[in-house]
Amino acid sequence: MIETDWLWGLGGGLMIGMAAVLFLLVNGRIMGASGLLGGLVDRSGWDNRWERVAFLVGLVAVPGLIVAFTSGSPSTHLISNLFAVAAAGLLVGIGTRLANGCTSGHGVCGISRFSMRSIVATIIYLVAGGIAVQLFKHGLGVM
Amino acid sequence: MKRHLFAFLAGGLFGTGLYLSGMTNTQKVIGWLDFFGDWDPTLAFVLTGAIIPMAVAWSMTKARPVSLLGTPLPSKPATRIDPNLAVGSVLFGAGWGLAGLCPGPAMASVTWGGTGGALFLLSMIVGIVIAPPIRKALAARAPQ
Repeated sequence: MIETDWLWGLGGGLMIGMAAVLFLLVNGRIMGASGLLGGLVDRSGWDNRWERVAFLVGLVAVPGLIVAFTSGSPSTHLISNLFAVAAAGLLVGIGTRLANGCTSGHGVCGISRFSMRSIVATIIYLVAGGIAVQLFKHGLGVM
Repeated sequence: MKRHLFAFLAGGLFGTGLYLSGMTNTQKVIGWLDFFGDWDPTLAFVLTGAIIPMAVAWSMTKARPVSLLGTPLPSKPATRIDPNLAVGSVLFGAGWGLAGLCPGPAMASVTWGGTGGALFLLSMIVGIVIAPPIRKALAARAPQ
């Protein structure tokens, strides 16, 4: 049985893919969220900073405007423990910089060109994420 | 100017796709990672939908590795599985599983994510700032 959420997932996924196609074929850049932000924060991508800024402004503003002008009032349903939120943010920030990519860079752009580094990275972060959920949700109950 | 307009459009389309696909809802992401619990396969549909157009695009670039605005396309990185890739992916996965947010959705949802969403983004930026020394230390341990 196909659930509605899966179709939204596929449709939204196609939009994510088309965004990556646009950024690659027109701008010649890899659409990796952690890399685009990271290059601004540590200035390693300073030479094309405005292209990065324009991408990130679109990423924040367009869904923000859609939510503001439609009837939906979405929630991220984020865990309420703010210490856990801060720890998770730190782990994601450090981890994606060491690994040179996240779900968009390795998971979408890398896997689609059969990059072995991206395939390995994706397998590792999926397994680590699965273990984290087992540990924090079912083990410690912080989620 | 054209370059910035298309970057803005790509970012907007990316964020809209993340929102519509449900990836800004942390419970859907945690549901996907909860293999042995109440497993939610939505993320597999999202990844499939995203990877297919990109696979076509990559194959189109084989003949002419230059973008429409004249930028040479990034070459495929050498297959080298170093400590940074492995350790970084473990840390990223742990944080992703703990909060259900990765960098793209964290930014896309920040306008409605409240205090928690802003705190996550801020700590992520702190993580980016403190990563370089850790990166160097790990690179020094890489087998030559």
